[in-house]
Amino acid sequence: MGMTRNVGLFTALGYKGKGPFLTFILHRIGGLGMAIFVTMHILASFLSGDIGQFLNGIYEHWLFQVFVYFCALFHIVNGLRITLLDLWPNLIEYQREAIWIEWAVFLPIFALSVVVLIQTAGG
Amino acid sequence: MGASKPRTLPLNKRGLNFEMLMWMYTRLSALGMYLFMFIALIGALYMGARYQMSLSDLMRWLFMPNVAHVEQVTTVQDVDAWATVFWRLVASGMYLLATSHGVHGLVAIADDYIVSASGRKIVRFLSIVMMISMVLIGLYIIWQEALLKLMGGAQ
Repeated sequence: MGMTRNVGLFTALGYKGKGPFLTFILHRIGGLGMAIFVTMHILASFLSGDIGQFLNGIYEHWLFQVFVYFCALFHIVNGLRITLLDLWPNLIEYQREAIWIEWAVFLPIFALSVVVLIQTAGG
Repeated sequence: MGASKPRTLPLNKRGLNFEMLMWMYTRLSALGMYLFMFIALIGALYMGARYQMSLSDLMRWLFMPNVAHVEQVTTVQDVDAWATVFWRLVASGMYLLATSHGVHGLVAIADDYIVSASGRKIVRFLSIVMMISMVLIGLYIIWQEALLKLMGGAQ
């Protein structure tokens, strides 16, 4: 079934689905971000030496940490919503409310951690 | 819509194919990772995270309970309690769940944009190669210190 569908990348990017679509695409970006950058970080720890230090230097910069932290935290909070709603399908009726709750959980934790990250970077 | 047949079959009429199993596995491995994070949270608070760690340090430890995320980056003085076999096992479990969950996620994303059968085969092959090599590298990093200690003790 999936084999016969033929939607190009740009058609897919042009789709406007509001709240649920925003979480869907951020979930992808978060997952991809973690897959790419955590892999880099693990390889850097494994290689150490000059290449490792160079990669980890980027990874440990506070700006980059804010980005990776966004990827991870959003994926974690949104993933919990997906898991709960998929395992209890009757709740899917309240998907939009669940997404509002999700943002209410995500934003304070993310904001607080960004403040801490910037404070730590400032000394 | 109202009169048409529902588009989803009830559970007992759906076959259990590989995609369905992996769909389920993605959810269950996520639950498993939440459990490991919860264990890491309780453990960190028990080991004194309240006084010795910032919020982002704690989050980093929950993400991967590896001792490297405690020494050098936090003010924790004695890291022995954070480097036990128990925490290495939790880290390994977390890592295995995360890798399998993540590689399946990458394949799912690639399948949305790569529609040719041969392209998908190549992606699957590369994913499996990447998964196996990253699992070996990651487990080596988690256990290397403990292994060195063990080998040093044996000599």
